[in-house]
Amino acid sequence: MIITEKKEYKKILESLKGMDSIYVVGCGRCATSCSTGGEEQVFDIIAKLKKDSKKIAGSYIIEAPCDERLVAKFSRAEKSKIDKADALLVLGCGAGVQTVSDVIKLPAYPALESVFLGKTKTLGRFYELCVMCGDCALEETGGICPVARCSKHLLNGPCGGSHKGKCEVDENLDCAWYLIFERLKELKQFDRIKKYMKPKDYSKAIRPRKVELR
Amino acid sequence: MTFKEALKVKDFVITAELSPPKGIDLEAVLKKADLLKGKVDGVNATDNQVAVLHLSSVAFCALLKQKGLDPILQMNCRDRNALAMEADLLGAYALGIRNVLAITGDYPKKSLHHVVKPVFDIDSVQLIKLIKDMNKGIDFAGEPLVGAPSFTVGGVVNPGADPIEGQLVKLKKKIDAGAEFIQTQIVYDIDGFKKFKDLTKDIKVKMLLGILPIRSVKMIKAIQNIPGVHLPKKLIERIEKAKDPVREGIEISAEIISGLKGYIDGVHFMTLNNVESIPDILSRI
Repeated sequence: MIITEKKEYKKILESLKGMDSIYVVGCGRCATSCSTGGEEQVFDIIAKLKKDSKKIAGSYIIEAPCDERLVAKFSRAEKSKIDKADALLVLGCGAGVQTVSDVIKLPAYPALESVFLGKTKTLGRFYELCVMCGDCALEETGGICPVARCSKHLLNGPCGGSHKGKCEVDENLDCAWYLIFERLKELKQFDRIKKYMKPKDYSKAIRPRKVELR
Repeated sequence: MTFKEALKVKDFVITAELSPPKGIDLEAVLKKADLLKGKVDGVNATDNQVAVLHLSSVAFCALLKQKGLDPILQMNCRDRNALAMEADLLGAYALGIRNVLAITGDYPKKSLHHVVKPVFDIDSVQLIKLIKDMNKGIDFAGEPLVGAPSFTVGGVVNPGADPIEGQLVKLKKKIDAGAEFIQTQIVYDIDGFKKFKDLTKDIKVKMLLGILPIRSVKMIKAIQNIPGVHLPKKLIERIEKAKDPVREGIEISAEIISGLKGYIDGVHFMTLNNVESIPDILSRI
């Protein structure tokens, strides 16, 4: 899931300077799960914008604002309201904001910060797990990714700053390599760790990336 | 005698680090470098240590070389990608620098430069391999170099890390990648280091013990914050009670080295540029 956080409201308001009428878009998937772009958050930001004398042209939660087909459907259904708006405010990740902006010829502004790809542990607790490097080696590291979970993306073991299972960067942060060692011991695959890991192939992550199956 | 030769023939190899300044005023540090002449086998030039800006380690090594010292270029993985590392290594070689210490580098989070992008393109094991490949005339892309360097390359280890197994696995990888010497993190715990040595009996390259002479009570807290550095209570008390903590720190350093003779192949002094203490310590061991 793409984890998002709310952008500082002051910054959102600043980005909407000179725009009177705003159409607010929420996200029915990741941002709803993160409680950053669901119904409640859309209502909340509408109330704030009204208080700051903005007109609300309309609001809608697109099931997935990152799916161009769904955004196109939405834009047709809500055309009359969107036409009255000066800008769209999107409570979704960066992919959502850009997809909306590609389809609808109005300025689209982000209401969220896209922070990482990760898991939900419990409500409101999210953890980064993957950097989408395109060169996965989880089979070597007991299913724990050192690229995403070690601050230094080290591939051949911990740095000297790893202490009692914690990271030198933040004592509340688990050392990914400590976790990897423990997991591989559990899996009786400890020997895997002794293998030299080659440098990452960054040519697999030339931006912007695309997958075109057809 | 060069550092490389010392590694081959000496039973006890001595190195010391010097940090270049944050700026271009080199006078003071080059005077310190003069004090090391004839006292050490190699001088490490730190590379933006603790992610704080310093004059380039390559440039500083070249200046040390001009002074007649044999510099050991510290190269971290935080500030350069593999391409920049290779370019700096070739440039360093052209300037007469023959030794490299491959290190990971501290994360810049606690530095004043905390907003910079940490690179970590390759890690310290991969850097050692990169340098050894360059020695064979092959670059990171597997292509031939026009003239190959001949670096002596080393790595680091933290003997006090807890748990230690991560360090052991990584140390073995560094040796397998071709590390020819090891300089350790600073050590105060004699018994702890002996246990570490028992676990690394298969390591045949020279291991130089990291020594940081304590100079004040204030330093104690900073040392205690270094991951994997265990400062025994007895030593803390000695510094706290000492009339002259600098002198006491020198005594303690000499005792640690003497206490570990037979377990180490030499020492690596990390004195925060207080290199004046080195001859004093050496005369006591």
